[in-house]
Amino acid sequence: MGKAFLYGDNVDTDVIIPARYLTTSDEKELAAHALEDLDPTFATEVQPGDVVVAGSNFGCGSSREHAPIALKGAGVSAVVAKSFARIFFRNAINTGLSISVCPAAVDGIQAGHEVEVDVAGGRVENKTTGQSFVAEPLPEFVMDIVNAGGMIPYVRTKLGVA
Amino acid sequence: MGQTITQKILAAHAGQDTARVGDIVMCKVDLAMANDVTAFPAVDAFRKMGAPAVWDRSKVALVASHFAPAKDIASAGLMTRMREFAAEQDIEHFFDVGRGGIEHILLPEEALTLPGDVVIGADSHSCTYGALGCFSTGVGSTDIAAVWATGEIWLRVPESMKIVYSGRPGPWIVGKDLILTVIGQIGDDGASYMAMEHTGDTLDHLSIDSRLTLTNMAIEAGAKSGIIPPDDRTLEYVGQRQTAVSRYRDFDVYLSDEDADYARVVDIDVSAIEPMVARPSLPSRAVPVSEVPRVKVDQVFIGSCTNARIEDLRIAAHVLGDERVADGVRLMVIPATQRVWQQANNEGLLDKFAQAGASVSTPTCGACLGAHMGVLGPGEVCVSTSNRNYVGRMGDATAQVYLANPAVAMAAAVAGELVHPEEVRAEAPFREEVVLIG
Repeated sequence: MGKAFLYGDNVDTDVIIPARYLTTSDEKELAAHALEDLDPTFATEVQPGDVVVAGSNFGCGSSREHAPIALKGAGVSAVVAKSFARIFFRNAINTGLSISVCPAAVDGIQAGHEVEVDVAGGRVENKTTGQSFVAEPLPEFVMDIVNAGGMIPYVRTKLGVA
Repeated sequence: MGQTITQKILAAHAGQDTARVGDIVMCKVDLAMANDVTAFPAVDAFRKMGAPAVWDRSKVALVASHFAPAKDIASAGLMTRMREFAAEQDIEHFFDVGRGGIEHILLPEEALTLPGDVVIGADSHSCTYGALGCFSTGVGSTDIAAVWATGEIWLRVPESMKIVYSGRPGPWIVGKDLILTVIGQIGDDGASYMAMEHTGDTLDHLSIDSRLTLTNMAIEAGAKSGIIPPDDRTLEYVGQRQTAVSRYRDFDVYLSDEDADYARVVDIDVSAIEPMVARPSLPSRAVPVSEVPRVKVDQVFIGSCTNARIEDLRIAAHVLGDERVADGVRLMVIPATQRVWQQANNEGLLDKFAQAGASVSTPTCGACLGAHMGVLGPGEVCVSTSNRNYVGRMGDATAQVYLANPAVAMAAAVAGELVHPEEVRAEAPFREEVVLIG
């Protein structure tokens, strides 16, 4: 659970983590610059457990996996959006950043509200207002990857690697 | 119910007769690509997956493109790691600095992406290859590592959006103007998760170079892929490339059934299209150049995987004529690949650009993503032939980027402001078949 940071539509991966920082994949180094061209105070204000809430097409643009890694490294517990760009969606699932597609929740949350996201249960709770929202279910196959702990353990199992 | 070309390709690679839209299928991959930015996290993920070797060393391509030639010590390190991985795994298609260029223009030149293929690239513009009639899409580093380990990828069979272009394009119109028109109409997520299938009689008038621009910007509409069903021109191009590089592989030509199902059909009357400009800071903010104020520009960038092929450079050189780059304007010309660079050099284009006061560089993605070779400072205005004008994309967050075709870009370099290319050059460019050497 954490505080909501609210953003609009089309938050692209260039603003989530600008290309000038892509010479590392260290999550703490990336986290220090997360969202800095959109919200220069985000990286210093975000606390572990906080939630990013945004409009449609979140994570559009570049395929850089550094984007979900930067948000995860910053302590973001989940991103709730009206919709996700497909490469960001895959990258988030693969790297273990929780995401929730829930348009009603986005409309029912204001910046600073306390929010809890239950990906497995498919719910978004606004603790400040007491409202509860049902998220769009993730496909069963995608939940298998989530439940395996991400793409790396999923492939290890598939390959029969101990 | 018939099937789209996309459904047919995915079904064939999943070992099925048909592929139903919305189903998740496991597809065998014909080519897996990564670049210097995406390869090193992929190598880390690959190690953790525990596979001893890539599934097929002849189906992996690694390309030094984004920060290449190394822009600083850290990026040199990224390329060293990619080079070491390529050597360790004996990767057949490793393209180092001076041997390749921007992957999305390079791989079709190298006859590595063929009709009917499933191509997966760790770069969002991997949708480009679809112009040759293959399914191709971008993924992140962990997904590409999983392909290296298993040779397969999971894909949700996408709905298709059919775009029907009709009419003959005007003299200044290239693929860029068509795709900016479409994105302006449907929006930045207008084709979310879909395959954009480009069709219509206009394609008869579009070179392969222009077609590759159409599919290149599928991602700017949120699409999973862009695809053009192969025709005679496609097959001629593919045959020419296979012969030129002596690389032959069997391929399958798929076409959509007459009764295939489309989630949406968009009709575009191309005869009415003007050169288009996407205003800051979204590709969907595209309008005809005549509707844009005569903005004064600081930099013009002719390059990127969208518009740095030989056709683009020829058009730019035509607009330039014997003029010079306007005082106060920096013109960056970056041919996409070593092969395009050599061809432009042989045709005298690079010398012409340099004589006019342009900075002409070695192939790199560089300026497009604000990495190097033309990073924008605070408040600067740039006209770019690339594909993204997002906040901070090409440098400082306050810089303003206008996306346009190479003729509009060169006209801005000569005039010092955004104008219709006709204001700089009365004669329209001569359309010639695009043929590459070697």
